[in-house]
Amino acid sequence: MSETPEESAAPYRVIGTPSPAPNAVDVPVEPERPEFSAEAPAPQHAKNAERLVAALFLLAFLAGCGFIAAYVGLEIGQSTIPAGADDVVAVLRSNLALGTALAVALLALGTGSMIWVRHLTPDIEIEEERHDLNSAPADRAAFQRDFAEGAAISQVTKRPLLRRTMLLATAPLALAPLVLLRDLGPLPQTDLRHTVWKKGLRAVTLGGLRPLTPADISTPGSMITVIPEGYQDNPDALAKAGVILIKFEPGQLHVPTNYDGGTLVSTMNWTLDNIVAYSKICTHVGCPVALYEQTTHHILCPCHQSTFDAANGANVIFGPAARALPQLPLMLDSEGYLAAASDFTQPVGPSFWERG
Amino acid sequence: MSSIIARRRHPAVGYAAVAGGLVLCGVLYGTLSGGNASAAAPASSSTQVAAGQKLFASSCDSCHGLDAQGTTLGPSLIGAGAAAVDFQMSTGRMPAKELGAENDRKPQTEFSQTQIYEIAAYIASLGGGPAIPAQSQVSTSGANTALGQELFSANCSQCHGFAGAGGALTYGKTAPSLNASTPTQIYEAMLTGPEAMPVFGDGTITPAEKKDIIAYVTDTRNEANPGGFSLGRTGTVTEGLLGWLGGLGFLVLIAMWLTTKRRDHLKAESEQQS
Repeated sequence: MSETPEESAAPYRVIGTPSPAPNAVDVPVEPERPEFSAEAPAPQHAKNAERLVAALFLLAFLAGCGFIAAYVGLEIGQSTIPAGADDVVAVLRSNLALGTALAVALLALGTGSMIWVRHLTPDIEIEEERHDLNSAPADRAAFQRDFAEGAAISQVTKRPLLRRTMLLATAPLALAPLVLLRDLGPLPQTDLRHTVWKKGLRAVTLGGLRPLTPADISTPGSMITVIPEGYQDNPDALAKAGVILIKFEPGQLHVPTNYDGGTLVSTMNWTLDNIVAYSKICTHVGCPVALYEQTTHHILCPCHQSTFDAANGANVIFGPAARALPQLPLMLDSEGYLAAASDFTQPVGPSFWERG
Repeated sequence: MSSIIARRRHPAVGYAAVAGGLVLCGVLYGTLSGGNASAAAPASSSTQVAAGQKLFASSCDSCHGLDAQGTTLGPSLIGAGAAAVDFQMSTGRMPAKELGAENDRKPQTEFSQTQIYEIAAYIASLGGGPAIPAQSQVSTSGANTALGQELFSANCSQCHGFAGAGGALTYGKTAPSLNASTPTQIYEAMLTGPEAMPVFGDGTITPAEKKDIIAYVTDTRNEANPGGFSLGRTGTVTEGLLGWLGGLGFLVLIAMWLTTKRRDHLKAESEQQS
């Protein structure tokens, strides 16, 4: 549509001819319709296409039946599959059958429809005129009159006291859903600043749940993930309390430093027998960092490649993390097992607004 | 012969030549790599140590030093242990192709498993170190695969991927795939910490837990792949790539088909008929 209908339909007056009658109405010109014949011009081609489409629809029917059959027939879940079968494989197999059946059904249906349109329907172009979207002036005037009348009858314009109190009455109801957001969960309070580590709490291996003596980590280059003892079933606590222990050769460990209450302190006495403990939670967005290279002493975060120097206070040497991994002070408990000497002295994990 | 010459320009010949070459390579690889020699690790004897010393002197000492004390080219092997020798040599990493921080797994073609045990016995005689695990130590019968999965995801998956397919480390280094590793090699790697890998000694991961980890690795890589493709089991990266390139490409082709101009076959055919 390059030109508006008004322009194209405007009467064009040739000089010397009488002017058109003032009440002449624009009658839209009926576009010329091409001759239409339901018969395809190539009967043999149409016949072939028809058979192909029918075959595809039949295929879609069979695949659709196959989907139902696969849903009913392929058992998943440990209680329903035959004894000895692998339930993971059963689910994968069921997914494959359902997906294949559905894909074949939809694809055959779509392909058949397209072939139908492209090879069987006659190739004719049909125009459809668009009319103006706005209503006739008379209709608009009538609506305006009705609206004003309604407003006058309801007295809304005449009685401002009623109008204003009504608006006031609805305002709290509009705000009410906002306060429900508070029910999304408890406020974090000071949770973000503390973990469950405390003086004397033993470190146990993740998975094995065994406490460790320094002799258990005697080989330089060793690394192990530990968690606070007794918290293995507490995901909320574990989310922040994961720690990696790294064993160095004597002299390899540079003076580690860590923030203790806002000031940078030497934390060599936080290590034990060249074993140093760092938070496993990346200070960028909180991924677990444990790609430790014993040759370079780099700890790499797999999410965004933040790299920390484990021999040097886990300072950031590459990547988007802004702070070193917090260090956990270590001590030996009365039975000679590795334990925390206190909680972390700074918040672990990613930054947050009030962290300062 | 003349019939072959006459047909050598047939369009199928190229495909046949490529297919034949691939089959030949496969057969050659199968025969040359020779499967896993099941030479059991014998208790080291003085003759074995002597034989190992001779092999070391002929093949290893140019980098590791005449007495395995290490040079600027290669580290000292005193105290490295038999397990480290067996790991490095049975995975084909040693003798190294070239000097570097990292050697890739390749078929061991220069030494037999017996010779590897001899060199391992020699290195062990120099100063202890972890020994090659016995078959009973790496057998996964009765292992707790579920605990192995927990231990693997806690300590191994960061580098090797959650299904052991390998992954990237810093500055171009990589953690290798575990798909071709034997249970003995997995055990030895944990014990010795080859290259950048940290050590997981028996104190941190007990021998029983090592078995569990081996069971998880070997079970996972043998898991069926209904649907046909594991996509390397590297997870969302390859799956996403296939989804975008394969899936989107397919949709683009469909869109092209939907919007192509109709061939004027109807008209042509009718003209032909008339």
